[in-house]
Amino acid sequence: MPTLTVNGRTQTVSAGPETPLLYVLREELGLNGAKFGCGLGQCGACTVEVEGQAILSCVTPVGVLEGRPVTTVEGLGSPENPGPLQAAFIAENAAQCGYCIAGMVMRAHALLRSVPHPSEAEIRHALRFNLCRCGTHMRILAAVRRAAGPEPATTGATP
Amino acid sequence: MRRRRIALWLGGALLLAAAGFGIAAWRPALAPGGPAPAETAPEQVRKGAILASLGYCASCHTAEGGRPYAGGRAIGTPFGTLYATNITPDPETGIGRYSLAAFTRAMREGVDREGRHLYPAFPYTHYAGLTDPDVAALYAFAMTREPVRQETKANALPFPLSWRPLLAGWKLLFVGEARMPADPRRDAAWHRGAYLAEALSHCGACHSPRNLLGAEVRTKAFSGGEADGWWAPPLDRTSPAPLPWSEADLARYLAEWDPLHGGAAGPMRPVVDAHRTVPAGEIRALAAYVATLYGPGPAGSRTGPVDRAIPGDDPALARGAATYAGACAVCHESGGGAAGGVPYTTSSLGHRTALRAPDPRNLILVLRDGIAPREHAPGPIMPAYGAALTPARMTDLAAYLRARFSPDGPWPRLEETVRDLMRDRSRPGPRAEASP
Repeated sequence: MPTLTVNGRTQTVSAGPETPLLYVLREELGLNGAKFGCGLGQCGACTVEVEGQAILSCVTPVGVLEGRPVTTVEGLGSPENPGPLQAAFIAENAAQCGYCIAGMVMRAHALLRSVPHPSEAEIRHALRFNLCRCGTHMRILAAVRRAAGPEPATTGATP
Repeated sequence: MRRRRIALWLGGALLLAAAGFGIAAWRPALAPGGPAPAETAPEQVRKGAILASLGYCASCHTAEGGRPYAGGRAIGTPFGTLYATNITPDPETGIGRYSLAAFTRAMREGVDREGRHLYPAFPYTHYAGLTDPDVAALYAFAMTREPVRQETKANALPFPLSWRPLLAGWKLLFVGEARMPADPRRDAAWHRGAYLAEALSHCGACHSPRNLLGAEVRTKAFSGGEADGWWAPPLDRTSPAPLPWSEADLARYLAEWDPLHGGAAGPMRPVVDAHRTVPAGEIRALAAYVATLYGPGPAGSRTGPVDRAIPGDDPALARGAATYAGACAVCHESGGGAAGGVPYTTSSLGHRTALRAPDPRNLILVLRDGIAPREHAPGPIMPAYGAALTPARMTDLAAYLRARFSPDGPWPRLEETVRDLMRDRSRPGPRAEASP
């Protein structure tokens, strides 16, 4: 039985190693933030973060995640105490129906971990495969910009 | 005394050789000029647009996210990195000062307007076979693009390869008559396809092996080569494809995707994407010619797809099987796009040539980078697994896929190849497409 570390908690899960992480998160661990969208790794609603990178939990079997800490949207904060990125999404009203938002937040979280002050082009490039059918992309982009804050003057020129 | 005379003779001979080489290498600059109005007539430009698509000019001369035809794409070669030039008509940084004569010389002889030799990553060995009217149409198309002022980055080549006159020697050795097969038993479409494949579409630039000096080995044309670190499969009888490639299969594959063999990935993807703007007759012609390269009666000589039971007692293969079940099967066991399964999938991965390849590069690269969706058009998509899989799990998965879908035995050096390719993520991914 695979061992999984999610949001800092290590536990053994009963699912087989071939089970996609998304099913384990939602059905075994009660973490319903990550959503089932297409189930084919094409929409991004199931995005979570592993080792600083965004991965698609619906097509990532838990067997490949032993010893690799997973962070879900629940790991960034709570409704009472949202993390900075979540607070920025709330402040910009980035959610319409909200189904894509956990994936968008986690994709942006992975981006900000490696590039703390991304350029507009870098944000768009990172989020380009996460789909939103309500069309709130402009507010999602604004939320990521808000969370990233202004670029420090020293790195003002982006390549 | 005698020794001194020999030294003199030797020195003289060397000087003569150097002078001779200098004369052979020297090309004059051609007078600056631009197109006469008649040279860019609308019908010429329209014809040139189709030819430019079939020459895949944009796939090298457009950088990822860059302006169309403004150059800047890094082209990795075994000798160093070259940067594709700006072929927009900007007078300072592009080809704005090229007359038709200068353009023709560049295309056919690989010499720029100023008289400098061009590196053969630019496939002038193929373009040498282009007809005059086609070169003129390509000129009309190029000279009517939006001019972009963008300096081309300096090539990163070690000395003496950075010294362009050396290319004159390369050309003496390797530039000959353009290949232009003719066969009285074949029809006009086949001959059209031969012209496209050998000259304009320069298929051999990737699908033929190259020698130590980077020249295509003509005696082994289409027996497989390299493209951007990918394996370019053979298009001749040595192809390890499990299923025969009929003319109709090839036409479907080149136009979009083929339900039997699947679709293009890697550097072949922009080639197929470029065909979107090409008349169907041209694609059929290419297919008609390429189908004959595989040799007569390929149907009997192919082993057919395999899908073997994997013994459960090998822990690495069991791990690979679990990864396949959780990551791949949702699409690749859906029955195939033609049978109502996930679009653009084959009914079994056993149909894919990549799993029958002599090395695992193509599989690892497509697993690592996926297949990016086309913009504004339907097409195949595959998620990238470079972040989800560690090199060890990627190795397990590749070994499992090979064991299950190929009768050819494990890949040599699988672990090292995975490690190298997973480390080297700076390699260019799928190429950006540019619409004309």
